[in-house]
Amino acid sequence: MDWSQSLRLIAPEETLSLAGLALLLVAAWAGDKAARAISIAAVSVLVAVMALVAPALCNGAMGPETVAFAGQMTADAFASFAKLLIYGSAAVALVVAPSFFERVGAMRAEYPVLILFAAIGTGMMVSAGDFLTLYIGLEMNSLASYVLAAFLRSDDRSAEAGLKYFVLGALASGILLFGISLTYGFTGTTSFAGVHAALGGGLNTGMVFGIVFVLAGIAFKIAAVPFHMWTPDVYEGAPTPVTLFFATAPKVGALGMLMRVAIVAFGSAAGAWQQIVIFAAVASIVIGALGAIGQRNIKRLLAYSSINNVGFILIGLAIATPQGSAAMLTYLAIYVAMTVGSFVVVLMLRDADGNPVEDLADVAGLSRTQPLLAAGMAIVMFSLAGIPPLFGFWGKFVVFQAAVDAGFVPLAAIGIAASVIGAFYYLKVVKVMYFDEPADKVAGERELAHTVLLVGTGLFLSPLGYLLTKWLGGLSGAAALALFHFA
Amino acid sequence: MSGFPILTLMLLVPLAGAVGCLVSGDRGARQIALVATLIDLALGAVLWSGYQIGGPQWQFVEHVPLFAGFSWALGIDGIALLLILLSVFLMPICIGASWEAVTKRVGEYYAAFLLMETLMIGVFAAQDLYLFYIMFEAGLIPMYLIIGIWGGQDRIYASYKFFLYTLLGSVLMLIAMLWMAHEAGTTDIPTLMAYDFAPTAQTWLFLAFFASFAVKMPMWPVHTWLPDAHVQAPTAGSVILAGVLLKMGGYGFIRFSLPMFPEASAQFSGLVFALSMIAVVVTSLIALVQHDMKKLIAYSSVAHMAIVTIGLFAFNVQGLEGAMIVMLSHGLVSGALFLCVGIIYDRLHTREIDRYGGLSINMPRYALFFLLFTMASIGLPGTSGFVGEFLSLGGIYQVSSWVALVCTTGIILGAAYMLYLYRRVAFGEQQHADAAAMTDLTPRELAMVVPLALAVLWMGVYPESFLAPMRADIAALDARVARAKPAGDAKVTPGKPVVHDAAHAQHGAAPEGAH
Repeated sequence: MDWSQSLRLIAPEETLSLAGLALLLVAAWAGDKAARAISIAAVSVLVAVMALVAPALCNGAMGPETVAFAGQMTADAFASFAKLLIYGSAAVALVVAPSFFERVGAMRAEYPVLILFAAIGTGMMVSAGDFLTLYIGLEMNSLASYVLAAFLRSDDRSAEAGLKYFVLGALASGILLFGISLTYGFTGTTSFAGVHAALGGGLNTGMVFGIVFVLAGIAFKIAAVPFHMWTPDVYEGAPTPVTLFFATAPKVGALGMLMRVAIVAFGSAAGAWQQIVIFAAVASIVIGALGAIGQRNIKRLLAYSSINNVGFILIGLAIATPQGSAAMLTYLAIYVAMTVGSFVVVLMLRDADGNPVEDLADVAGLSRTQPLLAAGMAIVMFSLAGIPPLFGFWGKFVVFQAAVDAGFVPLAAIGIAASVIGAFYYLKVVKVMYFDEPADKVAGERELAHTVLLVGTGLFLSPLGYLLTKWLGGLSGAAALALFHFA
Repeated sequence: MSGFPILTLMLLVPLAGAVGCLVSGDRGARQIALVATLIDLALGAVLWSGYQIGGPQWQFVEHVPLFAGFSWALGIDGIALLLILLSVFLMPICIGASWEAVTKRVGEYYAAFLLMETLMIGVFAAQDLYLFYIMFEAGLIPMYLIIGIWGGQDRIYASYKFFLYTLLGSVLMLIAMLWMAHEAGTTDIPTLMAYDFAPTAQTWLFLAFFASFAVKMPMWPVHTWLPDAHVQAPTAGSVILAGVLLKMGGYGFIRFSLPMFPEASAQFSGLVFALSMIAVVVTSLIALVQHDMKKLIAYSSVAHMAIVTIGLFAFNVQGLEGAMIVMLSHGLVSGALFLCVGIIYDRLHTREIDRYGGLSINMPRYALFFLLFTMASIGLPGTSGFVGEFLSLGGIYQVSSWVALVCTTGIILGAAYMLYLYRRVAFGEQQHADAAAMTDLTPRELAMVVPLALAVLWMGVYPESFLAPMRADIAALDARVARAKPAGDAKVTPGKPVVHDAAHAQHGAAPEGAH
């Protein structure tokens, strides 16, 4: 493998890095006045990089010709699928931000640059073919994220979110690193392919510890139970555009990374981690659903909802089949749309003075004062609850279909029965918006970008989305095939 | 079969109407809704006239592989045809029932109803397992909104109960469907109806489907959502809930449980009989002591649905045909009864039975129609109720005389609570001045009850019109389940045959002489 080929394969990362550095310089010289211009530039870079990434997915790239730097990076269809979601949601996080930050005078030029760097790190996580690359990507994403969480310096909650995220994130990174060092100690390699080969010969106790620590570290990043405690606080405290970003890009990145680690690196010891994943999946579904019931703050509620959703996605991983992985990717794509939709609604909920409205009681009777907004939120909520004919159902459907096809019928039955608990609090949001007397807190001040995003996600999540099932299924199938295609 | 996709058109017309209602004003929404439902009624008539009795089992078939994993497959047999006709017949009446009663958020209200119509037709017309499930489940959303926004006092509790009860019942069915599709390698319902699942698997599959259909039906003891939902729903909501939504449970049994899992159905028929017997007696007794008219009719629905389930699990042609006719008849009659309640509720704004009395004096026409529907509910010969109950009970009598005996008491109890209701509302002294001042039926109300009354009488006097389309399908179903048919308890002993040859030879000497 020559250098030019390797460099060509990581062209998206190169482009993003150079653009990020250049924009950082611009930010240093031009200051916060140029924040909007830098945002626009960053969005166009992200869109351009998506165009760079897309061919690998459409061609179903896999095998040795996608491996760069002797196994450090893999630019296959799987990475491409995840990166499209990551870069797309990063772009959305940039588009929705200016109006939010400008109101409190906090639209700083660093914001788009930090998002770009976080996107590079997240992209590296899904592309990594080696534990060291993985760790570098993870840290790159995390460091940018810690700063982003605390971005509203004047807001105590934001500072608290940043600190909490940092302390717990650092702990999780430590656990992950410990797991990686155990893995290295017992297999003698850090490359996924090497670990896979080494584990093929059998599993010893030390290696089991390695697997457990690695999975625990990653579980923190994806906010799976029992490592989910930071999520509600961070989601509530972080500025809403940043929360939107946290709930989408790093989540996709961490889940992609988990899939690659579990399937490729630890794939030959699937029995060792399957039970862990099954536990995490069921516990996340149940605790995510139960935790959400008492919440009054919409962002906290959405945080629990994201924990709940991760549980469903993990069911696809637990069965360790290509169909399951394809189902996870389909679910992820729909999940990103649902998350974007829900946070765009949260961003649009403002009172007459332009202050954000986050209390559930304050959106009472929204359907009478703001029918479009309420309808958008209702579509997202029913979709998250997985009620057909909305598109959120399709994500759950493919995951459970994969589970049943692989013979995990009890797991599927428990998961789907627990989803009814989740339906309760999604219904509560609809109830508050549609059945209760209007609280008249929310003023109808709309921004074009928000409306466009809301209508777009609303249409995607409406029954019209089903027309995309073949296309989406084809892409995620190709990506999953690439994931399972290893030596 | 012409290539014209009439079923898709029937689904699209109300859907387009729903969008139209959302964007138009109050007045416009009413008219759009009425026009859309009338168009669908006309299409339903075309469907009925185009349906060839004795033709292929599945007619008006459409198949477009539109989605990953499942397809847009529609088609109807006689059973589905009749239930679709029931839906499109009741819908314009529902729209009429809310013409003046609903004054807030009119556009959304009619949009929810039209969406409901699309989904109901979709449920009965779907020929793909997953398409059926999507339509079946999707109905929860508009119904949740209808109860929750336009309902009565405790609407929020009722809407939650309705939604979560039915959702929990249905999700397990989805897992069963996924397993079936994986096992049989197809999602095509007609193919699955002929597929033989292993008996042990059938047990689990049956239970999963039973969880869903029993809640939807509803069967005792999971019926408790129904009185709440009925009482709180607006009149038209009750009509559509009782008229069509409950039929989805019965349709599910007849389309899925019986043909797909015949052995398991036979195995669990004892359970079904037990639940049905309890339902008939218990809910009838509960109905007897109600003070709320809607609640009374809601409990009577549970009792009638129990007659449907025993007919279905009788495993013979009579029982199955009877169950279908009870479903159709109950759709018309309970819909009409809820309408009758709605008519006086609109005037006095109470459902309390004691607040009325002597209505036959000031509302003679109303009393006439109310009496007709009361009699139909009891099952008086000449009305639709009689035909269905007679066939259904006749069918079960061949299987178990005890079940037939217990369930027949339901008819007596039914007469008791319905006549008691009628006496308190229509006869007696006019105790309350406001109730005595109520005016008789308006032309709009007449236009709603007259078609229902005619349909009830038609089905009662000449049921052949309704039996003919489904005869072949019921026979096919009977043949399908014949192998698992449980033995009846009647122990019919054949009489001693007269030995003709011997009689000829001896010229009828000994046996005749003995008499």
